[in-house]
Amino acid sequence: MMIDVGRMMLEILPEIGLLILIGVVLVLDLFWRKSRKKLGWVSFAGLLLIFVLTLVFVQPARLPQLTWGGMISLDMTGYIFRMIFIAGAALTVLYAIANDSLAGRGEFYLLLLTSTLGMCFMASAADLIMLFLAIETTTVPLFVLAGFLTRDQKSVESGIKYLLFAAMTSAVMLYGFTWLYGFSGTTQLYQIAERLKYGFVPQAAVVAAMMLVLVGFGFKISAVPFHFWAPDVYDGAPYPVAGFLSTASKAAGFAVLARALFVIFPLQTETWTLIVALLSTASMFVGNLLALAQKNIKRLLAYSSIAQAGYILIGVAADSPLGTSGVIYYLSAYLLTNLAAFGIVALVGRAVGSDEISAYAGLSRRSPALALAMLVVMLSLGGIPPFAGFIGKLLVFAAAIERGLIWLAILGVINTIVALFYYLTVLKVIYLYRSEEEDKPLAVSSAAGTALVICIVGIIALGVVIAPLYGWSTDAAATLLFLPR
Amino acid sequence: MQFPILSVIIFIPLVAALLILLLPAQQRNWIRGLALGAVTLDFLLTLVVYFSYDAAAGGYQMLERFAWLPALGISYYVGVDGISAPLVLMAGVVAFCGVLVSWNVDDRPREFFSFLLFLAVSVLGVFASLDLFQLFFFFELAIFPKYLMIVVWGSPKTREYGGMKLTLYLFIGSMFALLGALAIYFGSGLRTFDMLALEKAGFAAEFQRFWFLFVFLGFGVLGGIFPFYSWAPDGHVAAPTAISMMLAGVEMKVGTFAALRVGIMLLPEGARHWAWLILALATVNVVYGALIAMIQSDFKYVIGFSSVSHMGLVLIGFASLNAKGLLGAGLQMFSHGVMTALFFAVVGMVYDRTHTRDIARLGGLYRKMPWAAVGFIIGGLVSMGMPGFSGFVAEFPIFMGAWQAMPVVAIIAILGILITAAYILLVVRRVFFGDLPADYEMVADISLLDKIAIGVLAAMMIALGCFPVLMEPLVASGVGRIMALLGGM
Repeated sequence: MMIDVGRMMLEILPEIGLLILIGVVLVLDLFWRKSRKKLGWVSFAGLLLIFVLTLVFVQPARLPQLTWGGMISLDMTGYIFRMIFIAGAALTVLYAIANDSLAGRGEFYLLLLTSTLGMCFMASAADLIMLFLAIETTTVPLFVLAGFLTRDQKSVESGIKYLLFAAMTSAVMLYGFTWLYGFSGTTQLYQIAERLKYGFVPQAAVVAAMMLVLVGFGFKISAVPFHFWAPDVYDGAPYPVAGFLSTASKAAGFAVLARALFVIFPLQTETWTLIVALLSTASMFVGNLLALAQKNIKRLLAYSSIAQAGYILIGVAADSPLGTSGVIYYLSAYLLTNLAAFGIVALVGRAVGSDEISAYAGLSRRSPALALAMLVVMLSLGGIPPFAGFIGKLLVFAAAIERGLIWLAILGVINTIVALFYYLTVLKVIYLYRSEEEDKPLAVSSAAGTALVICIVGIIALGVVIAPLYGWSTDAAATLLFLPR
Repeated sequence: MQFPILSVIIFIPLVAALLILLLPAQQRNWIRGLALGAVTLDFLLTLVVYFSYDAAAGGYQMLERFAWLPALGISYYVGVDGISAPLVLMAGVVAFCGVLVSWNVDDRPREFFSFLLFLAVSVLGVFASLDLFQLFFFFELAIFPKYLMIVVWGSPKTREYGGMKLTLYLFIGSMFALLGALAIYFGSGLRTFDMLALEKAGFAAEFQRFWFLFVFLGFGVLGGIFPFYSWAPDGHVAAPTAISMMLAGVEMKVGTFAALRVGIMLLPEGARHWAWLILALATVNVVYGALIAMIQSDFKYVIGFSSVSHMGLVLIGFASLNAKGLLGAGLQMFSHGVMTALFFAVVGMVYDRTHTRDIARLGGLYRKMPWAAVGFIIGGLVSMGMPGFSGFVAEFPIFMGAWQAMPVVAIIAILGILITAAYILLVVRRVFFGDLPADYEMVADISLLDKIAIGVLAAMMIALGCFPVLMEPLVASGVGRIMALLGGM
């Protein structure tokens, strides 16, 4: 029995690690009253350790397995997404250390780690109850994080907005879960599919339950029409939180979305492919067209992130191994890119005191390195080689064509072109326009610098050396399409 | 293992570009010295590639291949054939001259030279690509240098408009071409991006007819095909001199080259089906481009529209789908690349010294800058297709090929050449001869580096004009392969 418990513990090693780290941070927060900034570094070191341990020890078998009484599916998807979340959290911690109003507050790290814990469970949950608990564990700390700057009205407003939207969509999703339970009599994801298949449940009812569930996931990934919260929340939330929300949280949403669609609704493929394709189209068009009009960089990134969700949904709609690996590749690329974007926005925002795009004038003279970093970020978001975003886009478009969704690929391509316009416009402001402050140097703290270097190197590496991550992504995609033993 | 010369050619500018970015911004001499060193070395190596290509053996030579993403059949796969070897040389010489004429850039030279080298990496990479994925990778790599260099270092009045227009047009084209390429990938069922394998895929005729236009027109946008040409004059005029040279000289050939390689060679039946359309559009290019060039009052716009007109000839050569036409098109890609680079270099030199591009205000500059004038006249003679210059060697077969395919096209296109002669002679007379306006009495002659650039470019055109045997066998060997693909239907 001992060995069995040991193995079970090992299977959720990242989660246990996070829990221990949360405890450590909580206790240290009590004692290190004067040097709380070190808490950030403790969190970072802890996350790094967990990342490495996960990488080495939690490699799952090729075929997915259910453990912990069927609550958790041990597979490549969970493995790779957990690492995406932990990496995102680690980078966010670095940005928080560089942020004066967050660095010294232990509870910030605590909440961030708790949210990450929830995400890790989201990625591997194989049971409706587990899934719901994981989603709430992720979301509740994020309300607080978004409204973390209690003296800043915008931040508080952002927290409340996020809370209201999350509560509403969660409720609808939970209602959908109850339908699924009602039809199948089980909460185990993999059994629901079986029971729906043989239980003579009307198709329309299953589709209705699917729509209800999609509301909750659509909120997490900020797909249109569940996107209204994104611009306001990103605009008001502290920079690192906005970055975290737009990347790790979105990735978590995609993880559960893909698992739910593939595992619970394999028989309704035609229906949900169409629904996802429509969500994707709406997200791309709304995100990109509204981004065109933005004058504030945070809002621009918010609308761009809505559009990016649209591109990623193309990969989901393709319902194929290639599409799903594209989704995972895209999410990894997007995580690094958008975290770098919010990191730069935070640095410039603090130095210039404004988040207007016009405040970026003269940046290439003021800080050539930061300007180049922004160049990499904007081009990666736009899907230009040799940066990671190009590979992500290529894979999802390829998946759409492979599947015969040529109309969706064409709409995606049109959107890519629209998007390039506003990404290039930002670069134009950075490189062409001048400002009176361009001679003042722009300080980059070591924490933010480290995070930025990691992101930029990662963006280029994922854009050039494609094979390793692609291999993992295909393995993960394959596990979603097989049933676990 | 043989020396990986093509990879070295592609990666020298890349390494130099990255090194330049690491230098401190004040080290202007180091920056431009490094850039010049890189392009000089590259130019010499492209000469080596060109002269060591064995035309008698034909086919693809100097091959290098590494698995890149085997799961999807993507490899890094380079090699040159008789069509691409001259283009690699042309890219090498234009990049070299581009750095020479940009020697005195003083606004952020670090970024300028670094981006210029990125552009060189992109074009060289495309010309040497034998893998469809890799071709796109290098193709799209050019987007940010093109945009930023036009917007930042371009001519203040139109740079924001011209830069964005150019970039979006080309991006639209390339994205549609990308869809076509992905369709080719999946349609072949071979799960490989290797173009040599895809050539033999034997696509269904319907498939080819549907996707050919995506690919050919998508890439053709960059080749300036009517009606998607309007980015070209606006973009070329807005760009700084070196970028105009690279864009009009090399980048437009990247477009036609990719259209040939992916469109015609992979989808020959599609090409046959749509040849009439391409011929019609290209004929409009030739005549309409020349007519518009005729009425321009801006020196640089004349050259911008002349590129549109000349690229039409390349496309006519392609669409004639016979050995003569393709041979001419291959030669014209080289000849026009060098010629346009020379034109834009001279226009830039004149503008730098007179600060105007208004033809009416210029005059008599022959006395002040004879080298520039002679260079421009040589370019003009090439452009008119005078015997003894490369333009004749290239254009004559194109007209023969067009006559074989559709005589009326040849007749109309020859009209375009007459108009070309008219506007070139007019511009030469107004800008370089006649009275020198009093304002320009103090104009200085061009620098030694400028003269070297002009000399190298002019020498290439004369050498090819007098000794066509230097290039014809190469291109003919490349055309032989294409004809086999077209005939093997």
